[in-house]
Amino acid sequence: MASLITCPHCGVRPKEEFAIRGDASLVRPVPTASDEAWHDYVYVRANPRGRTLEHWQHVAGCRRFLVVDRDTFTHEVHSVTDGAVFARENGR
Amino acid sequence: MRYSAFSIVKNALSGNLKWKPQWRQAEPKSHYDVIIIGGGGHGLAAAYYLAKEFGVKNVAVLEKGYLGSGNVGRNTTIVRSNYMLPGNEPFYEFSMKLWEGLERELNYNVMLSQRGVIMLYHSDGQRDAYIRRGNAMWMEGVAAELIERDQLKKMIPFLNYDHARYPILGGLLQRRAGTARHDAVAWGYARGADRHGVDIIEHCEVTAIRRESGVVTGVETTKGFIGCGKLALAAAGNTSRVGEMAELKLPIESHVLQAFVTEALKPCIDHVIVYGGGHFYISQSDKGGLVFGAEIDGYTSYAQRGNLATAEHVMEEGVTMIPGLSRVRVLRSWAGVMDMSMDGSPIIDRTPIDNLYLNCGWCYGGFKATPASGYCFAHLIAKNDTHPVARALRLDRFARGYAVDEAGAGPQPNLH
Ligand SMILES: Cc1cc2nc3c(=O)[nH]c(=O)nc-3n(C[C@H](O)[C@H](O)[C@H](O)COP(=O)(O)OP(=O)(O)OC[C@H]3O[C@@H](n4cnc5c(N)ncnc54)[C@H](O)[C@@H]3O)c2cc1C
Ligand SMILES: [Zn+2]
Repeated sequence: MASLITCPHCGVRPKEEFAIRGDASLVRPVPTASDEAWHDYVYVRANPRGRTLEHWQHVAGCRRFLVVDRDTFTHEVHSVTDGAVFARENGR
Repeated sequence: MRYSAFSIVKNALSGNLKWKPQWRQAEPKSHYDVIIIGGGGHGLAAAYYLAKEFGVKNVAVLEKGYLGSGNVGRNTTIVRSNYMLPGNEPFYEFSMKLWEGLERELNYNVMLSQRGVIMLYHSDGQRDAYIRRGNAMWMEGVAAELIERDQLKKMIPFLNYDHARYPILGGLLQRRAGTARHDAVAWGYARGADRHGVDIIEHCEVTAIRRESGVVTGVETTKGFIGCGKLALAAAGNTSRVGEMAELKLPIESHVLQAFVTEALKPCIDHVIVYGGGHFYISQSDKGGLVFGAEIDGYTSYAQRGNLATAEHVMEEGVTMIPGLSRVRVLRSWAGVMDMSMDGSPIIDRTPIDNLYLNCGWCYGGFKATPASGYCFAHLIAKNDTHPVARALRLDRFARGYAVDEAGAGPQPNLH
């Protein structure tokens, strides 16, 4: 159930405590990147039916950005990682 | 068969056994001039106008389920043209005018009910924003009225006017707006399209798009390959998935929206009421049930069901606005998957592939657009040229910096 998220810092919390920012698989282009690269980053979404990575910020809790690995069809949550840990592990 | 008082009497006298099906159960031909993917309101309306207004007769609509199984049969049936931005208002008003003639046009009772849509405001700032919206409507020739608190209390006495946080100070009313019977809209367009020779093929899912040297040549379906000259997408919440079949990159996220209906009550709510303190909207159906909904569930979803937390939130908003609602039982709830676009406005356009056409991004406001969307999409497909009222709704507006962002929320679909 995606209406409950297990924050790695605060435990199981209702989705109302989070602000959802969407797709976390996008990588911000460098400032000098082409208009097309910026357009894709800001506006274009893969929008898969299945597993996806998303930014959820725990605004009413620890205020950390989290990366939630979630299925958009079954609503199953596979994992929740702290944003900084995710960035480090993915070399960002 | 044309419907009339006479046809009703005649059929009643023969025991209602002689009614004909409203459209043929067509089997796919090997090739069509135009194939439309998606037998929702927009796909069917586009097929109808293609055949009727633009003389393109060899048309098929492919629907993976049964007609009306998508959002056209799941919405809360509100039709209105109280938009603010110049790119939107003329388009939705064009739709409103088509609604006003639709029953005559289709010879079908779509139960258009112009009961008035009233949007409530709760603060001075919100009142000013609604005055601005009303003025923007007047500038496009669409009537709007600001209703002050005392007048509103007489019109709608059962609202919670003295709520501590969201006191109701007044509302913006569009009298011509209202509701229409959603399934009947799909059935009416389907029957009209069928009468003009369109093949409506149900239980036929498109699984791949075939292309040769760039152009689309046809679609693979669960009923085999079907060739086409032009291919038009009207797949509502599944646009990204259908688009992917032609490698289209789209500014769309799929989100789920829930709706609810209560047990039938005697007539009590005369208007469509929209709660400005949150995002709650309610009307009463002709059967007596109160039909209502609120915001999307918040995260991307392809599940045609919503989460309980949002259902609870919807009820809270409803009871905040109308305390008496707490005594009414909810009979059913359901959800639909919608394309949320990056600026909250729809897209009707050609794609980078010459014979592939796109109709998507209706967010949770596309039912009211059904006639205009169908008309403009048919215009585009037939003439390869954008209809004047849909000019601001093109796909390249994001790249050009001309987003049509009614909510002013920026490129974040779950905020529109
Ligand atoms: C709960 C809810 C409430 C709403 N309330 C309102 C409202 O009050 N007012 C308003 O204006 N709008 C409202 N909307 C929005 C409105 O319903 C939609 O924007 C509009 O109906 C979408 O267009 P459509 O009718 O063509 O979509 P649909 O009816 O969803 O049609 C798309 C069709 O494409 C088919 N399809 C998808 N993929 C394939 C494939 N691969 N092959 C074949 N067929 C395929 C689907 O099965 C579907 O039938 C609401 C939406 C929801 C979910
Ligand atoms: Zn936390």
